Amino acid sequence: MIIEVKNLYKNFGKLEVLKDTSCSVKEQEVVVVIGPSGSGKSTFLRCINKLEEPTSGTITIDGYDITDPATDINYVRQEVGMVFQRFNLFPHKKVLENITLAPLKVRKSSSQESDKKALELLEKVGLSDKADAYPSQLSGGQQQRVAIARALAMEPKIMLFDEPTSALDPEMVGEVLAVMKQLAKEGMTMVVVTHEMGFAREVGDRVIFMDEGRLVEEGNPEQIFKNAQNERTQAFLSKIL
Amino acid sequence: MDYIIPALPLLLEGAAVSLFITIIGMILGGILGVFAGLARLSQVKFIKLLGTIYVDFFRGTPLFVQIMLIYFGVPGLLNSLNQYWVTNYGEELLASTSMDPWVAAILSITLNSGAYIAEIFRGGVQSIEKGQMEAARSLGMTHGQAMRYVILPQAFKRVIPPMGNEFIMLLKETSLLSVIGFEELARKTQLEVARTFASFELWLTAAFIYLIMTFTFSRLVDMLERRLDTGD
Ligand SMILES: Nc1ncnc2c1ncn2[C@@H]1O[C@H](COP(=O)(O)OP(=O)(O)OP(=O)(O)O)[C@@H](O)[C@H]1O
Ligand SMILES: [Mg+2]
Repeated sequence: MIIEVKNLYKNFGKLEVLKDTSCSVKEQEVVVVIGPSGSGKSTFLRCINKLEEPTSGTITIDGYDITDPATDINYVRQEVGMVFQRFNLFPHKKVLENITLAPLKVRKSSSQESDKKALELLEKVGLSDKADAYPSQLSGGQQQRVAIARALAMEPKIMLFDEPTSALDPEMVGEVLAVMKQLAKEGMTMVVVTHEMGFAREVGDRVIFMDEGRLVEEGNPEQIFKNAQNERTQAFLSKIL
Repeated sequence: MDYIIPALPLLLEGAAVSLFITIIGMILGGILGVFAGLARLSQVKFIKLLGTIYVDFFRGTPLFVQIMLIYFGVPGLLNSLNQYWVTNYGEELLASTSMDPWVAAILSITLNSGAYIAEIFRGGVQSIEKGQMEAARSLGMTHGQAMRYVILPQAFKRVIPPMGNEFIMLLKETSLLSVIGFEELARKTQLEVARTFASFELWLTAAFIYLIMTFTFSRLVDMLERRLDTGD
């Protein structure tokens, strides 16, 4: 198991956002997390790379217990790429520099090496011609593809996606999903929070339904979409399908 | 005109002093301000408190009072200390307790501008979206690396306009240094007026000189801002 979450609780002050969630993810698995707004999906994902500090419970990533204060979280994060809803590209840096910054400063790669890698990644996401553009000169879909390339530049073993297409105009959703599908096909371990049920069906190995801070139901996409057992899952799916 | 032309060299000399002390204040105050701003942003309660006390004191009291405190108050205090030492130990602690107007001017202007710049700097850092820090950290950067390569470069661009304002405010406020006899533009004007009694002409000239300096400077800041206006 490359990700193991055990009895995770997360409170924001008095608000209990995650309650006793446990879950594990195999290498090369694509797990899709769905659930109503406010159910704790983002918080769950952000605990996995410790952008949120868990209140209790343990999270093990590729053998490293990140809830142990002695673990070097900066090292573990290099293995866990994250893609945000709002892209969060660095606006003062060109596309190529966005991608090379972390390899240069964190990995201490040479600039030839990191440029070469960045150009390969840009080609992979279909943006070879945008290396010298600033993020503000790109469409939302293009920015999100750059953000994916930026995360991949650290050669992570796991990729986390938090509603990567929710901030996009409908006509740009497809291009981002296509890149994600390609990644899944290449065997990347992925945890994806999304409302794109087509993607969940086609690419997901497993779908997890979250509600009110708990993992309510999980199963393969077929089971969940055609034959959900829990009535809250059924109610949620009937609203969005 | 009869009074203005002969007085001009003196007034311009004063203007140069005003400009010089403002630049010094911005540079030293800038360094102090970055540290005080970082202190205010610190997670460490004690450091944050120190930063807050400093900033609140110098922003919450008039520059006039700060100048008086530094020029008259500090030597007064040192003098008492020296007296105490002489009575108790029979020797002087300090050779001299007087304060040079230049030292007092640099100290008060630096301490004052440092407090304002600290707030400008803190505001600049805090105005950068949270997502920028998160993206940088998620790539494995330390907090320090994220600040240095992602947050600060963006923050510096945002603080240029308020720093320009601070420069203009400070340039005008240096006129308060005239109370300690520091010979900047206002003091020079005062001295000339005392000699020639041409109040209106000379104070109007001084006003124009300030205006030319502040106007030129704000144009320069506008230009700089436009030059740096790439990306966001
Ligand atoms: N930093 C925070 N401080 C306080 N409360 C928070 C914080 N972050 C999230 N919450 C609260 O935690 C709950 C879960 O939020 P979360 O963002 O994880 O939900 P979500 O399932 O991702 O929702 P959405 O589909 O709207 O993105 C919400 O009630 C939210 O208001
Ligand atoms: Mg969310």
